[in-house]
Amino acid sequence: MENIEKHQYDVVVIGAGGAGLRAAIEARLAGKKTAIISKSLFGKAHTVMAEGGAAAAMGNVNSNDNWMVHFRDTMRGGKFLNNFRMAELHAKEAPDRIWELETYGALFDRTKDGKISQRNFGGHEYPRLAHVGDRTGLELIRTLQQKIVSLQQEDYQEYGDYDARIKVFAETTITELLLDDSDGTTRVAGAFGYYRESGGFVLFEAPAVILATGGVGKSYKVTSNSWEYTGDGHALALRAGATLINMEFLQFHPTGMVWPPSVKGILVTESVRGDGGVLKNSEGKRFMFDYVPDVFRKQYAETPEEGDRWYTDPDNNRRPPELLPRDEVARAINSEVKAGRGTKAGGVYLDIASRLPAASILKKLPSMYHQFKELADVDITKEPMEVGPTCHYVMGGVEVDPDSQATKVAGLFAAGEVSGGMHGSNRLGGNSLSDLLVFGKRAGEYAAAYTEELTGRPAVTASDLDSAVEAALAPLQRAGGENPYSLHHELQQVMGDLVGIIRRQGELEESLGRLAELRERVTKVGSTGGRRYNPGWHLALDLRNMLIVSECTAKAALEREESRGGHTREDFPKMDPKWRQINLVCSVTPSGDVALAQQPVPTMRPDLLGLFEESELAKYMTEEELA
Amino acid sequence: MSVRQFKVWRGDSAGGQLNHYQVEVNEGEVVLDVIHRLQATQEPDLACRWNCKAGKCGSCSMEINGMPRLGCMTRMSTFEEDETVTITPLRTFPVIRDLVTDVSYNYTKARETPAFAPPEDVAPGEYRMQQVDVDRSQEFRKCIECFLCQNTCHVVRDHEENKHPFSGPRFFIRAAELDMHPLDARADRKEYAQNSMGLGYCNITKCCTEVCPEHIKITDNAIIPMKERVVDRRYDPLVRLGRKILRRDQLEQEEVAVTTLHAAQPTPQPDGAAPINWHRELPPPMGADLGEDGQLPLNELASDRMGANSPFGDDVQFPVDPKNLNYYHPGDSDH
Repeated sequence: MENIEKHQYDVVVIGAGGAGLRAAIEARLAGKKTAIISKSLFGKAHTVMAEGGAAAAMGNVNSNDNWMVHFRDTMRGGKFLNNFRMAELHAKEAPDRIWELETYGALFDRTKDGKISQRNFGGHEYPRLAHVGDRTGLELIRTLQQKIVSLQQEDYQEYGDYDARIKVFAETTITELLLDDSDGTTRVAGAFGYYRESGGFVLFEAPAVILATGGVGKSYKVTSNSWEYTGDGHALALRAGATLINMEFLQFHPTGMVWPPSVKGILVTESVRGDGGVLKNSEGKRFMFDYVPDVFRKQYAETPEEGDRWYTDPDNNRRPPELLPRDEVARAINSEVKAGRGTKAGGVYLDIASRLPAASILKKLPSMYHQFKELADVDITKEPMEVGPTCHYVMGGVEVDPDSQATKVAGLFAAGEVSGGMHGSNRLGGNSLSDLLVFGKRAGEYAAAYTEELTGRPAVTASDLDSAVEAALAPLQRAGGENPYSLHHELQQVMGDLVGIIRRQGELEESLGRLAELRERVTKVGSTGGRRYNPGWHLALDLRNMLIVSECTAKAALEREESRGGHTREDFPKMDPKWRQINLVCSVTPSGDVALAQQPVPTMRPDLLGLFEESELAKYMTEEELA
Repeated sequence: MSVRQFKVWRGDSAGGQLNHYQVEVNEGEVVLDVIHRLQATQEPDLACRWNCKAGKCGSCSMEINGMPRLGCMTRMSTFEEDETVTITPLRTFPVIRDLVTDVSYNYTKARETPAFAPPEDVAPGEYRMQQVDVDRSQEFRKCIECFLCQNTCHVVRDHEENKHPFSGPRFFIRAAELDMHPLDARADRKEYAQNSMGLGYCNITKCCTEVCPEHIKITDNAIIPMKERVVDRRYDPLVRLGRKILRRDQLEQEEVAVTTLHAAQPTPQPDGAAPINWHRELPPPMGADLGEDGQLPLNELASDRMGANSPFGDDVQFPVDPKNLNYYHPGDSDH
């Protein structure tokens, strides 16, 4: 009989990135006994990779900015597929969430009058991103981490135990959510997983669980995401009976490093372009002027001269097209490479060296300089960078209530990248850091409130626990099974080649066949070695999550016959207003297959609709909607 | 592409050994790529921490040819084609398995370091600070918590007994960061560092600064100012003046010391052996200089030095001869 360590908490947060930590802080402040489950060490979460900043309409640099402008930019960026209520809450609450961080000890870069400085970023009308050089994500995670430590110090004062009310379980992976449907409603009862260090199993009994597990990028070959990004939260939610929306929308960051090979996928922040960097093809042509879509034509410069003037005089000039939303830039680079005007490594050049003096590059982009120098021996003050599209962010995720972040399963909440709807078909840069603060807080608050309403604690059943143990041990008992590393490699290949940035019906159909084959083989995956810190075993367990989430993406991508934001169909290159009204919803059937359904996108309130000019709405909406 | 030689430490808390591997290496790869290839092709259960693979998270800390480094930031092109690359776990922390060590010491120290104290009379959104005033703290907030500085610091590297009283360079910069924070409401950061974090144990050999992948000037910008200001507050003005003069002399010596270290040849590493002898005994620390009466000087005025006595004995001269270091010291070729 397996020995399982048991813990009881009020709120269990799975994931220790920005959303998870912010949710945990809120739950603890609401007086709930809170556990934070981190797949890595505390403070290593993928949030540290965010460079540009956190978008919040504080109006510190341009006082014309306010939540309505931010809301408009977010909806435009998401091509009006966003959950309007989430976009509204996000735009309204982001400034408070940023200011709050200063009371936790964050040190943002400052304006001359001592306020938080804000920088320009793709898709944002005004300078809006609170930032710290180009390491804003690190500042955010460290600040939240240190706030948790400070709460623990308070508890130590009061109870003599740092872990009395909030505890971090580092290097712990959750493999299954456990449910209780004894009263007719399916409720979360706990979460089961293992400690990486010992391989020992652990059960968290809790009435409320918040998923904050981040994204799915590890299913792709060229990705900026770390090993943790295996879609755990997406898969846990699906298996528990919740639904995913918008899974066809993946953001490919337009400028990831493509050379040298070992750092393929590492991102080059958009602020390189915001500060003057331009994209050139192998013929030396600044090509973005050829790729401004009609909907954006009015806001962007038509000549390099006008674009260049914008950096110093943004009020009288239009911005250069290098600052178009990410998907437009990614698509433009892809077209250049496909037309044979790319570099040998399959990218284009991003040139800041010839545009700014070396000293200002060093001042504005210190860690970028550092990264390129150390990793690639490239001096960005002297030579251009080689960049190309990289899988970066998944817009889709667990379907949640916009106010409370509650999923379809009672007691299960989701916040941050793992949740869906906020960003529609495409996320603006800078909106993810503010997203995870705004909705992390809300998830923590509403999860705490949910536990108040409960009359009794949901209970874990012994049989569910047994099957979770069995599933977790299975790969170790199949010593001669399939190699998890090769399966992972094949999955990345299938997703990269067939469900990548530009999609076609035939390829998507082929991908579904290949994924079905892989699913069969993943059931036979085996790992050698023991249970203590065995990465082969951990990968074997992650594979089934990656696979089911990849199936959702492939199925939804095949179904959506249009191009919008992070979903580009070569066979349906136009945006179709009819498809704007439809969300694709994935669920899992009892037999374990992915089921896809169409569901109407919530209709925007008239007061929010009124923020847009009718001529703009006409680009996105059907005539019936406008009438 | 070429096949290169590697030695990787495998084992757990009960013991282990350096295993020999031949692994393919492609142009532009880093040591962490090699470890991943090793996992995928030869040793699926080789334990190693990593996350971002971009030098931003500080997870893949290890010792490469005896030098504390990030695996993702160590390019294979920095080694000779025929050189055997030896990869061992961080030495200061207990081994869990293979390259993974128990770094909980650092999290314990993090908890013990008093958190930011927000000013009571400033509402959120009303914080006003000048860039020039936050620059200094921002340098320390670049820290990615790779713990290489903690690993290399000789106060704890071979002195388990010092771990209790000594928080280490990572948390000295945390204390300095808060000390220099324009709005932090606590005024006793330096005294706390001196009295409760073991700042006095540090004898500014700058090893931490040297291994920092973020190039934070830990010693010059955090530790020395903290020590100086502790002195400022603890002693009367007259003595302080005298100390300052002494201080400056010592600092100048420090500059020279670093140059000497860099000029030194790397410790020769016999083939087939670990770059350092993990079991070697160091000379025991000498006690403090006692007065004629066999006692410590009664007041600091009579003492010939400032601050606490070094746990290594005050007879130790810095820089220590590289041959007598209990860790492998790199030469210029490693930079």
